[in-house]
Amino acid sequence: MTEARFQRMKDLPSTHLLGAGTAMCAGCGGLAAVTEVYDVLGENTVFVNAAGCMTLLSVYPFTPFRGSWLYTAMASAPAGAQGVRDALDILRAKGRITPEEDLQVVVLSGDGAAGGIGLSATSAAIDRGLDFIYLCYDNEGYGNTGQQTSSATPHGALTATDALRSGFAGWKKDLFAIWVANKPAYAATVIGGEPLDLARKLEKARSMDGPRMILALAPCPAGWGYDPEHSVEIARLAVKTGIWPLKEYADGETVHTRLPHPRQPVENYLKLQGRFAHLFEPARDEPRLKEIQDAVDAYWAPLEAEHAGG
Amino acid sequence: MTRELITGNAAAAWGARLARADYLPAFPITPQTEIIETIARWSGEGVMDCRMVMMESEHSMITAAGAAAATGVRVYTATSSQGLLYGMEMLYTVAGWRAPFVMANVSRGLAAPITLESDHNDILAARDSGFLQIHCATCQEVLDVTLMAYRLAEDRRVRLPVIVNLDGFYLSFTREPVNIPGQDAVDAFLPAFDPGPATFRAGHPVSQAVAVLGGAPYSYFRYETALAAQAALDVYAAIGADFFARFGRRHGALERYRCEDAEIVFFMMGSFSTKAKEAVDRMREDGVPVGLLRLCMLRPFPTELLRSALTGKRAVAVIDQNLSMGKGGILHTEITSALYGYRNAPPIVTSFVGGLGGRDISIEEFFEIAAINRRASETGEIPPPRLLYTDTELREIRKLQAIAHVERQEEIVP
Ligand code: SF4
Repeated sequence: MTEARFQRMKDLPSTHLLGAGTAMCAGCGGLAAVTEVYDVLGENTVFVNAAGCMTLLSVYPFTPFRGSWLYTAMASAPAGAQGVRDALDILRAKGRITPEEDLQVVVLSGDGAAGGIGLSATSAAIDRGLDFIYLCYDNEGYGNTGQQTSSATPHGALTATDALRSGFAGWKKDLFAIWVANKPAYAATVIGGEPLDLARKLEKARSMDGPRMILALAPCPAGWGYDPEHSVEIARLAVKTGIWPLKEYADGETVHTRLPHPRQPVENYLKLQGRFAHLFEPARDEPRLKEIQDAVDAYWAPLEAEHAGG
Repeated sequence: MTRELITGNAAAAWGARLARADYLPAFPITPQTEIIETIARWSGEGVMDCRMVMMESEHSMITAAGAAAATGVRVYTATSSQGLLYGMEMLYTVAGWRAPFVMANVSRGLAAPITLESDHNDILAARDSGFLQIHCATCQEVLDVTLMAYRLAEDRRVRLPVIVNLDGFYLSFTREPVNIPGQDAVDAFLPAFDPGPATFRAGHPVSQAVAVLGGAPYSYFRYETALAAQAALDVYAAIGADFFARFGRRHGALERYRCEDAEIVFFMMGSFSTKAKEAVDRMREDGVPVGLLRLCMLRPFPTELLRSALTGKRAVAVIDQNLSMGKGGILHTEITSALYGYRNAPPIVTSFVGGLGGRDISIEEFFEIAAINRRASETGEIPPPRLLYTDTELREIRKLQAIAHVERQEEIVP
């Protein structure tokens, strides 16, 4: 492990590898995460992309990447990664490329592909022990098409397909837990607003082999209904309220890399976003707010008890 | 060279082996499994240096195949029927990547109702995908054409994936004597894959399959692919000439059987053309001037060859082992569009649909088809399309329906 590379904020790269001037919305938390990830992984990377917001990063004849890019389809980016990885392995084994010409293969996917249409291909790639990094920017809906409900939409959030305008009745699918159940080499949650935590995890993932997932919560001004300038604040509040636990899984164990303390009430995070406005206006929806707070409390209770005890 | 009695599936696997395919992403489906199991066995025994990976669907399998070809290895894969349709999105996609590889399709009818037996609706659904399509009638052809397909796919003027089609059961599971060429002879015919500069390597960034904005760049890339597919016709003819010079067997875009002096010509694809040949021989004994034109290459479509082969004929009987709902036989549409407006086109082109889901086409039916065409050419009236079905078959299905009815009544009345 070489996490030692990133100890303090000043260890983070001051210039970015990813080119500017992409078609992403201002304040896009997904783009922030991709930028930070790319800085750590470097240019000897091939991104294998699933349909989503980030597909529009590379629009002919421009690309912001110094390395390579392959757009596949919505459902099968992990299979594309399999083909590229296997081909590189074959070329190396048969002496047709040098080890220096090898690449890190990275799937770049949104939550819609990661938790829904592409979940089968992802699960199978883990089964096969594919040596790749899976980067999911989770904006909690089908962002590229205008924020319809996806399997990652959180409880109570309004989306473009919410006919009753009452907020999503279901609960966000736990993609991290699904990955962990499949026993990958590594899995971690990150957020662009916590760049040091992100860089350390990426550095760790980079040094390992096998299936590795980086799940980045991606604050999304367009889909979540807030002013782009609040992106960093919302990212921090996602962590401080305990809504987005920062954690990592390796060697059969999940460890939390942040214990928000004191944990802020979830409504500090919710009330900044238009998609939750109906929980506050015209009247506070106390039962719903309590439901969300209770779920977050229940998640942290055992960890906080352990921390207090130990 | 050795001569062995092998199935169409084994011939397909031999094609991949002799082509020295590096990579096989696979997903099993009847009647294709023997192909991937044979290659798995060979790579286990070390006689074939091919990495095989079991994918979780055909959609993923075709994605992996295209991605690996785009990275610069020689890829083989195989599917059939529902699998081909499940992967349909990726057929169009990897063809757009201009990723050259070869895929066998073992033709099988499509659901519903679900069946295991052969017809051509599966492969024809891939007609417009950008994959080139070669259709086989014998086990020997499956092997030979697989080798030729790699040359075609990888040719710089083409750079497109190719499907080699063999009919399920009739070819996949039928043993025929096949000449298996020696590896040295194949190596001389088919050199190692040269992927060119557009592959994924460190220090050499490439962006593949990026989005385009607007119709003009989109059209440009689509036209480019279409022109490459058209160019494949001449390239394939040259490859065929080289293959003939080296191996003494001829494979082209069209096969003509006793066509020269024929007045009535059967037009069809695939292994049932063997039955048509037998019918032609029998009718020739009785002095009936019939012949057979077998379409070996569906994409690109050999319009000029077809026109010249049919010049001066009195009637063409198109036999389709497929059915486009609400229209009819697909080959019939293809051939009439190629002949319309051509000065020397045969005046009569008739349509027959048969052989769906493994249904046989009997020799008597070929006789009847020829008779209908002779009458049509005498009267100048084109008969309506015919769906081949015999009285006996109709009686049998009525019996099954009666049983189904009784069963349902018994369920309802306790
Ligand atoms: S919709 Fe959201 S995730 Fe997509 S580009 Fe815009 S801000 Fe980023």
